[in-house]
Amino acid sequence: MLNSEIKAQLVSVLGDAHVRDDVESRITHSYDATPLYQSMPDGVVFPSTTQEVQDVLRIASKHHIPIVGRGSGSNLSADTVPVAGGLVMVMTRMNQILEIDKENLTATVQPGVYTQTLHEAVEKEGLFYPPDPSSMKISTLGGNIAECSGGLRGLKYGTTKDYVLGLEAVLANGQVLRTGGKLYKDVAGYDLTKLLIGSEGTLAIITEATLKLIPLPESRRALVAHYHDLDAAARTVSAIISDRILPCTLEFMDRKTIQVVEDYARIGLPKEMEAILLVEQDGPLEVVERDMERIRHIAETTGATHVEVARTEADGAQVMAARRNALSALARLRPTLILEDATVPRSRIADMVREINRIADEYNLQICTFGHAGDGNLHPTFLTDARDTEEIERVEKAFADIFEAAIRFGGTITGEHGVGLAKAPFLEWKVGAAGITVMKGIKHAFDPQGILNPGKIFTDQPRLRKENM
Amino acid sequence: MVQPVPAKPKKTDPAVVTPWNNLGRQLAHTLDEDELTNCMRCGFCLPACPTYRETGLEAASPRGRIALMKAAVDGWMTPDESFRNQMNFCLGCRACETACPADVRFGRLLEQSRAAIAEHAPITRYEKTMRHLFFQGLFPHRSRLRLVGALLALYQKSGLRWLVHRTGLARLLPPHLRQMDRVLPTASMQGVVERIGTHVPAHGKKRGRVGLLRGCIMDVAFADTNVNTARLLSAAGYEVVIPRSQTCCGALHAHSGEERQAHRLAKENIRTFREAGVDWVASNAGGCGAQLVEYSHLLQNEPKLAEDARWFAAHTRDISQLLAEGNPLPLRSVPKRVTYQHSCHLKNGMKVSQEPESLIRSIPDLTYMPLNKGEHCCGSAGIYNLTHPETSMHILDEKMNDVKETTADILVTTNPGCLLQMKLGIERSGLASHMQAVHLVDLLTESMEKGDDPHNQKEK
Ligand SMILES: Cc1cc2nc3c(=O)[nH]c(=O)nc-3n(C[C@H](O)[C@H](O)[C@H](O)COP(=O)(O)OP(=O)(O)OC[C@H]3O[C@@H](n4cnc5c(N)ncnc54)[C@H](O)[C@@H]3O)c2cc1C
Ligand code: SF4
Ligand code: SF4
Repeated sequence: MLNSEIKAQLVSVLGDAHVRDDVESRITHSYDATPLYQSMPDGVVFPSTTQEVQDVLRIASKHHIPIVGRGSGSNLSADTVPVAGGLVMVMTRMNQILEIDKENLTATVQPGVYTQTLHEAVEKEGLFYPPDPSSMKISTLGGNIAECSGGLRGLKYGTTKDYVLGLEAVLANGQVLRTGGKLYKDVAGYDLTKLLIGSEGTLAIITEATLKLIPLPESRRALVAHYHDLDAAARTVSAIISDRILPCTLEFMDRKTIQVVEDYARIGLPKEMEAILLVEQDGPLEVVERDMERIRHIAETTGATHVEVARTEADGAQVMAARRNALSALARLRPTLILEDATVPRSRIADMVREINRIADEYNLQICTFGHAGDGNLHPTFLTDARDTEEIERVEKAFADIFEAAIRFGGTITGEHGVGLAKAPFLEWKVGAAGITVMKGIKHAFDPQGILNPGKIFTDQPRLRKENM
Repeated sequence: MVQPVPAKPKKTDPAVVTPWNNLGRQLAHTLDEDELTNCMRCGFCLPACPTYRETGLEAASPRGRIALMKAAVDGWMTPDESFRNQMNFCLGCRACETACPADVRFGRLLEQSRAAIAEHAPITRYEKTMRHLFFQGLFPHRSRLRLVGALLALYQKSGLRWLVHRTGLARLLPPHLRQMDRVLPTASMQGVVERIGTHVPAHGKKRGRVGLLRGCIMDVAFADTNVNTARLLSAAGYEVVIPRSQTCCGALHAHSGEERQAHRLAKENIRTFREAGVDWVASNAGGCGAQLVEYSHLLQNEPKLAEDARWFAAHTRDISQLLAEGNPLPLRSVPKRVTYQHSCHLKNGMKVSQEPESLIRSIPDLTYMPLNKGEHCCGSAGIYNLTHPETSMHILDEKMNDVKETTADILVTTNPGCLLQMKLGIERSGLASHMQAVHLVDLLTESMEKGDDPHNQKEK
């Protein structure tokens, strides 16, 4: 519950309906899509303008109240769980696409716009905003920017950070910060735009973003390749890239994922295979057709047992449905799904998958691995039950081992979901002590009181690596 | 868990015995914990939910409602007035189920919550009386419903309606009820059995024996549609039986928390249709059908009935499914523009969405006009338009904007509640002069019986 004086101040800024501290509102802002985490805020606010965000932040900094920015709460790193209480600031009322600029190929949006809404709006104009997290139906652009979300098209088109040209954001003290603009080139000082991307709500509240658009590809085509042997699949991935073909999507599913998806969706996946790759290319028709032919050839010569090219765009969608079904299928198998986000250089994918399976066996756990093979971003997914505390303990140990392995292979602890609360103990493994010091310095420069999303990214209890234990 | 879960309220502490505390205890006891755990809080259901779209509030979303239920079960909160309001605010459209990757059966959780609320939450005497009147006194009793129907018919035919409107008495009613009164179909004393008996033989190659659920409101307000249903089934090769001893499906009871009554009705229907020796049980109302397929779940704790209940649920079909599988109907030309509004319970509960559309498309010379967001709830939702008029009318008006865009002459639905709501929507949006709402069955019948011969048409 909010102190009555503070509540009165907030109400005078936002109006009665947009300041809530009843139990119902607090409970329904105590979680996000990350399993096992929950904590109650003291209140929830719903600003609708930059000015209102500024006013709320001024009140918050005056009274040292934590502020947790929130889009749809779909993140997977417990980034919107208000561990230190305070206010959850829901950005979904700021949901206008302000401009689609066809001359400069940019879109200017408020942070609460759903990613898919933007896709639909720009595609109507023949334009394209490539970042496509699987959650795009619900995730907001503000959330995408704050997490630097990636998606299936990451390999060819990059991730959110490659499409943000400028930002308007409100600092902890209520000041407005503007970075970048509609410029494709801009080296005036430090790149604050990039700094805010992936900052997980700890540096500023994003109130507006100018995004880069590109022309909508003319056509797309997909193929699926089956493998008896994990290494053969990995060889195909490397060979495609070293042959200088950049498919827009290059997805991987391991044996267990194939089995589960097939049992659920019955779309004719080969359950006896070790792995399948799903590849999609887009662009001018001739290029797409030529690339698909070359990819088919590469897959066949690197050890695929079966390759099937979709004949039409619609058939291609059918092929990719396998990947989209993965989550639904896995989610139905056991009550709790813990989807992780370890990333390795793509040449180490086979090693990593093998290591994940070894760890799963060691701890006697059920793990299915799928992910973005093209950029080495794997999602080892634990199928478990939150109520089984003994099993959850094993899951946590297994995760530590998986991150350890990812780093050993030259990878990272998260490719697109962010550090948040869930991975804060492991951050130092990746960035080192110097990295932590610099990052904390940056945090202090933006938010000296530490009111913006406290408890996230940094932790007082870092984990020791096994070798140092 | 970042915060320790508070201890569940102690059962023996007399100081905390309030109706709300009892409700909390009941929820902890009856809510399906697996279902609650299955929700992975991904939020995919949010954009599908009409009450979330209306309010933008997490608490009015499926994920939020589940979180509230779970909080009540885990002891994070004592359910209160706002908990009840939130459960009542839900339309029960189950669009969230269709959107959910984890297959969380929200409808069941909602029914369990409402049952606990009906039993434990404080309630005014007036509300209690009204509930009793409707759920025990009226719906299960065909003769009484018919009497109400007769009164309604009398009111409609006797000029009393005219008088009420002319004298301004109608102005005492809230506007949407006044409009509702204008679109109410002429109720009928004669239900389907009174008109065509309990048995209709099959035409052509025989496809099976079908037991028709005549429904309660359907058989009073839309008895013609029931008659047409039987005719279509017969034309498609089904022998139709309409057992007299069948009763209300219990959907309205289950959705309103009258769980025990729903059980009783389910048992009666299972016995009746089992005894009738049918291959299929057919429903022509999405709301009823979705309840029928839940019978096995409803009676899962009654081992003696389990097998019959499973049989019943597995053999329930929507009329559109049976027609799509039966002998081709002798359809004739209807040169109209037609659009289709899904019934939530047909689509999200029975998972039927293709068949009605392809039946409509199979009518010669008809132009099918797709309805943008046709899968969004129309806001009728049982008696929701009476309990939450404002939200219901707002959802309806949004829907009518999309309906207008189709420029259709005919708007087809598959459920009496939706049909009435669409008629109301047409009235409200000033489309009444050039658009009508009809049940799928009535459109097909019209095509079969009154449509032009397509060959003649073409020769013209
Ligand atoms: C089923 C599923 C699939 C997913 N697939 C992908 C995927 O393919 N790729 C991927 O990258 N992620 C994926 N995610 C994770 C998640 O959807 C993304 O992290 C997404 O960007 C979060 O958006 P959101 O609007 O829900 O933000 P939230 O979860 O509400 O917030 C995320 C972070 O952003 C901050 N934030 C939100 N709005 C603002 C703002 N205006 N200003 C400052 N900070 C803000 C929050 O404080 C928090 O730190 C998936 C999640 C689920 C549940
Ligand atoms: S049943 Fe309908 S109104 Fe209720 S939570 Fe689900 S989608 Fe929302
Ligand atoms: S879509 Fe399903 S799993 Fe996801 S939040 Fe909604 S109910 Fe829960």
